[in-house]
Amino acid sequence: MSVKMQINGQEVQVQAPPASRLLDVLRVELGLKGAKEGCGEGECGACAVLVNGQVVNSCLIPLGQMDGAEIVTIEGVPGDSTLIQAFHDCAAAQCGICTPGMILAATALLAEHPQPTIDEIRWGLSGNLCRCTGYGRIYEAVTQASTGDTHG
Amino acid sequence: MIYPQRVDGLPKITGKALYVDDIPLNGVIHASTIRSSCAGGVVEELTFDPTFDWTPFVVVTAQDIPGLNAIKMLENDQPVLVDRVFRHAGEPLALLAHSDPCMLETALRHVHVRETPLAHPIFDIDEALGAESTIIPGNVYTDYLLNKGDVEQAQKNAECLIVERLLTPSQEQLYIEPQGMIAVLQEDGVLRIEGSMQCPYYVLDALEQCTGLDKNRLQVVQSTTGGAFGGKEDYPSMIACHAALLALKAGGLPVKLIYERGEDLRVTPKRHPSRSLVRLGANSEGELQFIDMDFAIDGGAYRTLSPVVLSRGVIHAPGPYRCANIRVRGRAVATNHPPFGAFRGFGAPQSIFALEVAMDRLAAKLNMDPAELRQKNLLHRGDVSPTGDLVGEDCFAQEILDEALRVSHYYERQDAFRVWNAAPHDTLRGIGLATFAHGAGFTGNGELYLASQVFLQAHADGQVEILCSNTEMGQGAATTLVQIAADALKLPLEQVHLAQTDTARVPNSGPTVASRTCMVVGDLIEKAAQRLLQKLRDEGGLAQTFTPAEFNAVCLRMQESGKDLLVSASYQPPVDMLWDEKSFTGRAYASYAWAAYIAEVEVDKLTLETRVLNFTAAQEIGHAVHPQIVQGQIEGGVVQGIGYALYENVLWNPFGVMANDRLTNYIIPTTADIGPLQIVLMEKGLGAGPKGAKGVGELPMDGPAPAIVNAIQQALKIDVAQIPAMPELLLDLSRAQRGSQCQ
Repeated sequence: MSVKMQINGQEVQVQAPPASRLLDVLRVELGLKGAKEGCGEGECGACAVLVNGQVVNSCLIPLGQMDGAEIVTIEGVPGDSTLIQAFHDCAAAQCGICTPGMILAATALLAEHPQPTIDEIRWGLSGNLCRCTGYGRIYEAVTQASTGDTHG
Repeated sequence: MIYPQRVDGLPKITGKALYVDDIPLNGVIHASTIRSSCAGGVVEELTFDPTFDWTPFVVVTAQDIPGLNAIKMLENDQPVLVDRVFRHAGEPLALLAHSDPCMLETALRHVHVRETPLAHPIFDIDEALGAESTIIPGNVYTDYLLNKGDVEQAQKNAECLIVERLLTPSQEQLYIEPQGMIAVLQEDGVLRIEGSMQCPYYVLDALEQCTGLDKNRLQVVQSTTGGAFGGKEDYPSMIACHAALLALKAGGLPVKLIYERGEDLRVTPKRHPSRSLVRLGANSEGELQFIDMDFAIDGGAYRTLSPVVLSRGVIHAPGPYRCANIRVRGRAVATNHPPFGAFRGFGAPQSIFALEVAMDRLAAKLNMDPAELRQKNLLHRGDVSPTGDLVGEDCFAQEILDEALRVSHYYERQDAFRVWNAAPHDTLRGIGLATFAHGAGFTGNGELYLASQVFLQAHADGQVEILCSNTEMGQGAATTLVQIAADALKLPLEQVHLAQTDTARVPNSGPTVASRTCMVVGDLIEKAAQRLLQKLRDEGGLAQTFTPAEFNAVCLRMQESGKDLLVSASYQPPVDMLWDEKSFTGRAYASYAWAAYIAEVEVDKLTLETRVLNFTAAQEIGHAVHPQIVQGQIEGGVVQGIGYALYENVLWNPFGVMANDRLTNYIIPTTADIGPLQIVLMEKGLGAGPKGAKGVGELPMDGPAPAIVNAIQQALKIDVAQIPAMPELLLDLSRAQRGSQCQ
């Protein structure tokens, strides 16, 4: 089937079977490799993208549901955004494989809670697994992005 | 305080870093592995359906291996592909590749394997030790004995004695990037392997043995690696050999072999399960009279790294305590599980768990506070260590415990929890601790055998490259090594770069394990940097103090006059590093880091679910090269340790393979489980690394499990002898205790 989407602000038309996973469409058809496959069953969040402002695991989304959708991948997040800068300042990425998904989950979180409490951060990121950081530097990065405070 | 930003930070955060699955390839063929189903046995027949068209496929079996059919490791016992006899379910039998992953899936249904299963597969440590049927003679890969003083005699005089049997399960590393490799036979005849790995030279050696190709026809390149934690130490050699064998038959097409998560969980090595029988004896004052441990780990079906894991487990078993009589017998046992391997801590978390939980039992029996028992027994300068060497100036066991007790408000919390538990709340609270030390770098003479070498290459524009085989896999090595070099060279960070880990360019500076990258390789880099400066002074007239512009000018001048700008440094053992592997005596590690961890937990009375309320991790690490990276390492390790203590439960199917092979049912901590942790660093600057640095990465894996179990015991007043302390286990233990009280 033919599906029209807005991806990172660009109109994109994709011809693929409706059951194709959004993750494969992004990575293979469109070359957007920032979304990673960690588990393939919606548990780890490494493939997370924003669909109409909601954070979703792209490995669970069939292309057939995406007609007219507005999608943001890590490639659509400006490199100088406060969130990316905060992750960099706080060393919130270690191996980095979960980070693109984490950035998108944090983007959705901050859209809903511009000044999140630690509990809101913990709840908002609970769909994204990170095995390296123990989450501490990530909490700090999200807090820094929301308040503009920089602290080591 | 402002720290240098991670050199690998931005490409990863913006999604631009290329992991093995992201590397663009032309004409790629995808590969899949056909595996054994039974827990050991004989492959009677491997049939490729004759009615199926196999011409567009690349097929590899054991018969296609040009070199030796064995993975190069401590022993050549593990086949690259099973020829006939196999020892565990999930062993590779044959390989298939095709350009279309769907065709590959179809073809797999046309391969038929007929196996005669092993009559009595063995999955349990004690069953293996007593079994008549053997996988290897006696089912023991390695048998070590650490023996100091006279335990038998000391036992007669001990006034208080405890005996415990403690169990730890396997644990999956669960790097979020599954394992994978790309192999291509290039037009120049070089077989090039690129992928996710910790130890490129292990992979190179394995390829040389398996393909029979000369090393100058082999090239191993590390791609951005999405976590490893030990899990990508030995198994990448297997995947690389498989991809390479396919590539040799693929007519120049790149072969991509990436494991799906389930396959990764089922077949790649995990933490060794352990069983410890511990006996501790003390006098009525609480002074340890003897430590006696029978420590056994499940090595799985092949030897792989088990002897080295065992030796670390044995050396760490007596803990950071002063005790004249110590006996630790360690055995790595053969079973029909897939082989177990390296995982952060490498045998130490298992034996430290056993000892530290037993120490709390001893404290209880002595009617003494667990902290007080440790205060009485911690090593001090001038004591003799468990392996018989003198404890020198670099000993801070006591100081770090005092600090942990202070910042965690240990005694105040104890009082508060007593009050809480006496009131009608829905939860019970407890506080528990563990004191321990962790040796950094290879055990004993390991560094001597490795004989690591690093190069520094300056270029005409003054840029300096570090050439070493150590890998960045998330732990921050790329940043800390650059920082160490820039610091020693007195150059800005931007002027120093870590070259891509490519065996065609970098020397063998050993594997990336055991915190040796920062401590041992970092030290070599510091030495190489001093040599480079000396060379520029001697041959290029560089002044004692210089600006980067002056440094650049000297580099350019030397380059133009045809002088080389390459220096190297090789490992030289410290003079006092004497270790006897046979008797387990001497100095086991160049440096120990010292730690005291304190866990506060809350257990729901109804569901018996445990929540960590607060966690204090205090450690003396010599020198923090990059405090922010150190903090991240400790937080990450502690959370893996919390998972080990509470959630992570590898379950086995009837064939000895991980049954919960999904992220849906193998549970690791999420943000919902983990609040901020209290990390305390003490830096005394006496370690063997740059500016006195020691290992950091393994330490946080050792302490959480015993501290949390000790806290749960305080909360519930029950004995917990195994992890993970899941509600089901706590329910059984509570019921059993209630039952025994009724009798």
